[in-house]
Amino acid sequence: MIELREVSKAYGGILAIDGLSLAIGRGELVALIGASGSGKSTLLKMINRLVEHDRGMVLFQGEQVRSFRPEDLRRRMGYAIQSIGLFPHWNVARNIATVPMLLGWTAARIAARVDELLALLGLDPAVYRERYPQQLSGGQQQRVGVARALAADPEVLLMDEPFGALDPVNRLALQQELARIHRASGKTIVLVTHDIDEALRLATRVVLLHHGRIVQDGTPMQLLAEPANDGVSDFIGRGDLGLRLLGQHTVAERVRIGEAADGEAIAATLSLREALSVFVARHTDRLPVIDGVGRALGAIHFADLLRNNG
Amino acid sequence: MSRPRDPLCWAFAALLLLAFGMPALKPLFAALFPALDRPLYEQDSFVALLLAHAAIVLASSALSLIAGLAAGVFVTRPAGREFRPLVETLVAVGQTVPPVAVLAIAVPLIGFGALPALIALALYGLLPILRAAVAGLESVPQAVLDAADGVGMNAAQRLWRIELPLAVPVLLAGVRSSVIINIGTAAVASTVGAKTLGSPIIVGLSGFNTAYVIQGALVVGLLAVVTDLGFERLGRRFERVPNDAGLR
Repeated sequence: MIELREVSKAYGGILAIDGLSLAIGRGELVALIGASGSGKSTLLKMINRLVEHDRGMVLFQGEQVRSFRPEDLRRRMGYAIQSIGLFPHWNVARNIATVPMLLGWTAARIAARVDELLALLGLDPAVYRERYPQQLSGGQQQRVGVARALAADPEVLLMDEPFGALDPVNRLALQQELARIHRASGKTIVLVTHDIDEALRLATRVVLLHHGRIVQDGTPMQLLAEPANDGVSDFIGRGDLGLRLLGQHTVAERVRIGEAADGEAIAATLSLREALSVFVARHTDRLPVIDGVGRALGAIHFADLLRNNG
Repeated sequence: MSRPRDPLCWAFAALLLLAFGMPALKPLFAALFPALDRPLYEQDSFVALLLAHAAIVLASSALSLIAGLAAGVFVTRPAGREFRPLVETLVAVGQTVPPVAVLAIAVPLIGFGALPALIALALYGLLPILRAAVAGLESVPQAVLDAADGVGMNAAQRLWRIELPLAVPVLLAGVRSSVIINIGTAAVASTVGAKTLGSPIIVGLSGFNTAYVIQGALVVGLLAVVTDLGFERLGRRFERVPNDAGLR
């Protein structure tokens, strides 16, 4: 879907991207992660030509991005940024309708799409359609920002630290929305982030950048279990490595079916990391587990957290 | 305009009343200035003067707005960015020249009549508008511009749909001060032969007829008040982005 071949980009003689190659397939949710100045944002912006690459090739659907008009290219790629950038003189509906209007959709089709997206992102259309950006909280604004990016059903969604400015509660909620949208739509998503937990939680594939080069490219599990070098280990954070490994598994994988235990049940969809937190908070070593519709599934023991992954 | 308590409504009514009813005030001015042979300016009707005054202000302000906005847009585009310091210097220098001096310079270059007055007024009114246009366009947050590019607007769409609408409140403030200045300056334009509400003032000053000066000044003053109130109303309408609930 998106391919970069030996791409370089320099700012004032300093290489921001250094001979980088990367292929992103349809339906992947790729997190580009790295410290400030690692080139992750530049890389993202080269895909929709907000930044032009100096050398190499950037391909979209097998064609060089330079063969598209920038506007046409961008209308086929949703784009959400940390600062959101909602248009303050337009209400929520018009903001979301930006790209459909540029594409000349009919008013009825646009109105239907706006309501659909508002509902998808957990905002009641009747309440929020007519609101202006200034009347929304930060989390609501970013939901509208994501809705705007999704409006014309783009083939690719590019997100530049979209949840970076949100408080932890809203960030988590929106990450879950994004994961849900990704699962439901199968859209190709490229997400820039400096938050390792966000990358591990959301991505099907994590690309770690350093000084414009790829240091490691793999699944979240590979990144945690087989870090390419000390730099990767440092970036992941040695102290929290165990917790992050636990975060990659769910209770459902370790549950002892049919076994009973006392206390308030936890959901099977919880990550083991969250389960650990519950174990510690309740001073217990056994927890009952329920499935998605609330039926008793079994129990999980504290020791089960350590099974299989040392 | 229909609400009776509206100051704009009252001021507008007072302006019309004064312009049409000035002849009726002749006995009043005769009583106030018994030494004057002719206590009322009667060479032209005040209605005609008011219309001529409004026309010259309107025409010059329209010219200023078009030129100022075009120049403001130009120097905030990538292509015109290098002209920005030059234009800003011109604006700053131009602001230090008093309006009367602009007229004084215009006459030897263009001659007497309405044309030099129009050109001088347009030039003088250009400066606040240009400055406001640049300030308004610069006030658009970078995040909004990035988003406009990111969703795939081309340069023209970005300008017309995003930048100009967001610049309007600031731009309008510049137009407002420009027009108000021009209303006052247009009165001075009578010295170069344009027929305006300044005519009674100039004639009165040169002929020691205080009544003429007062009559002209009253109508000009009211015109300025009405215009200012009108702009305030317009400004409120353009402030259509509600700010009542919730902040960023």
